[in-house]
Amino acid sequence: MSLDYTAAEMMTVTAARALENGTTCFVGIGLPSEAANLARLTHAPDVVLIYESGTLQTKPNVLPLSIGDGELCETALTTVSVPEMFRYWLQGGHVDVGFLGTAQIDRYCNLNTTLIGDYREPKVRLPGGGGAPEIATNAGEVFITVKHSKRTFVEAVDFVTTVGFGRDGTARDGVPHIGRGPTRVITDLCVMKPDPETKELVVVSLHPGVTAEQVREATGWEICFAERLETTPEPGEQELEVLRELKARTARHHAGNEMGENA
Amino acid sequence: MAEFLSLHDAVARHVEDGATLAMEGFTHLIPFAAGHEIIRQGRRELTLIRMTPDLIFDQMIGAGCARRLIFSWGGNPGVGSLHRLRDAVEHGYPQPLEIFEHSHAAMACAFEAGAAGLPLAVLRGYVGSDLPKVNSQIKFIECPFTGERLAAVPAVRPDVGIVHAQKADRAGNVLVEGIIGVQKEVVLAARHSIVTVEEVVDDLEAGPNACVIPAWAIDAIAVAEQGAYPSYAHGYYPRDNAFYKAWDAIARDRESFAAWLEEHVYHAGGAA
Repeated sequence: MSLDYTAAEMMTVTAARALENGTTCFVGIGLPSEAANLARLTHAPDVVLIYESGTLQTKPNVLPLSIGDGELCETALTTVSVPEMFRYWLQGGHVDVGFLGTAQIDRYCNLNTTLIGDYREPKVRLPGGGGAPEIATNAGEVFITVKHSKRTFVEAVDFVTTVGFGRDGTARDGVPHIGRGPTRVITDLCVMKPDPETKELVVVSLHPGVTAEQVREATGWEICFAERLETTPEPGEQELEVLRELKARTARHHAGNEMGENA
Repeated sequence: MAEFLSLHDAVARHVEDGATLAMEGFTHLIPFAAGHEIIRQGRRELTLIRMTPDLIFDQMIGAGCARRLIFSWGGNPGVGSLHRLRDAVEHGYPQPLEIFEHSHAAMACAFEAGAAGLPLAVLRGYVGSDLPKVNSQIKFIECPFTGERLAAVPAVRPDVGIVHAQKADRAGNVLVEGIIGVQKEVVLAARHSIVTVEEVVDDLEAGPNACVIPAWAIDAIAVAEQGAYPSYAHGYYPRDNAFYKAWDAIARDRESFAAWLEEHVYHAGGAA
């Protein structure tokens, strides 16, 4: 039996499945937050979600628009100060997985959320690093989820906001107390993992119906494929139902206090 | 000792042209009313400090208050860009803006170091990032005990720190609840501090471990109802997410921003 689902749903469900039950996860806003909460509402009821606003073990009923929505605080076990969050909980080694999005990513999993172009004369100024630079190095490992396109998957990022494995794949070598770094990248086309030796991203699994050619065309470098390339399992009925309900609830909630939407 | 002043008088007394000014509130309790008062009083050449500049600094930068910005994430949360900030960085409009860009972890540590009276903050941070190449305020030091290479950033010790909180009692003690961000750190790190509050009450009804800032650690308290709007005050009013979305179109265009500023700040008395 095959269900109807979108590429975006395939991405979110696959990203959610990456989170094991009982994991402590430091969650980025947007796609990572959607995936982490889907995990919590399906196979991983005991996953611990932490947001950088200080909300520990939060269980939002709707997805937050911002990293500090009241919903996160109201449904958290407790809320700590932002210095405590970064110093004790993240740097102190209590986070298993950092779950991040990005604007650009390169073959060594370096992330750029700072700018396109030159730093002093940017073509496009992006928001910046936020929590990501230290989440990526102080969490046990890092999952990245982002839509696949040539604009995002570039040969070399314009600026390393957040390190994956550096410009040559060796940035973590010999650094004490550093996490394993990115261990998987989940897109709407495929799943990638860094090669254990070179740290270059390799496609390990194509989503159903996606061809290797499609991935090549959406990637800004000559992407490698694993010898034993797998097909990502399809989303299940229950996962799709929960995801759609969560998104519908979220849309209703954020439309609830509509004011000057078209101003 | 905290002095109860009108918002106008608190800003007029403590915020001077050229000051370094930290205004905090991590998505929550952002002191918008105070920011608007600073715009109305025409303060210039400020060094603005906030982890997340948010709409408040977008407005102050667009209004020409800022010369310099110290920050760690400059987007419209969940929406996209801060267009007035981008216009200043990309095109020098309405004037060039010098930026010192950090990560959240570093800024949080820098506020904490400021509160602790230290000259610097030390963290396990910025490994492999290009940020140290473009921000002269990020250095690396060696731990004298283990030899580990650690990042160091200067403490934040602003001339003025401004935060918003839920309530003060009549003696001027302040209670902050919900997402507390770096509210306490900012007040303690700053030479002078202003706290705006939703209301003044007889009794804070604070638990023994609540985030309470004593009156004697604060310079001025001003009542500003809805003073954090369109961000929120836990227990008082929710974040107006729809306004945050609407801001994208308002701020994208110089003229629509100027019109918004005219109507909602210059001609809006003390209201947010």
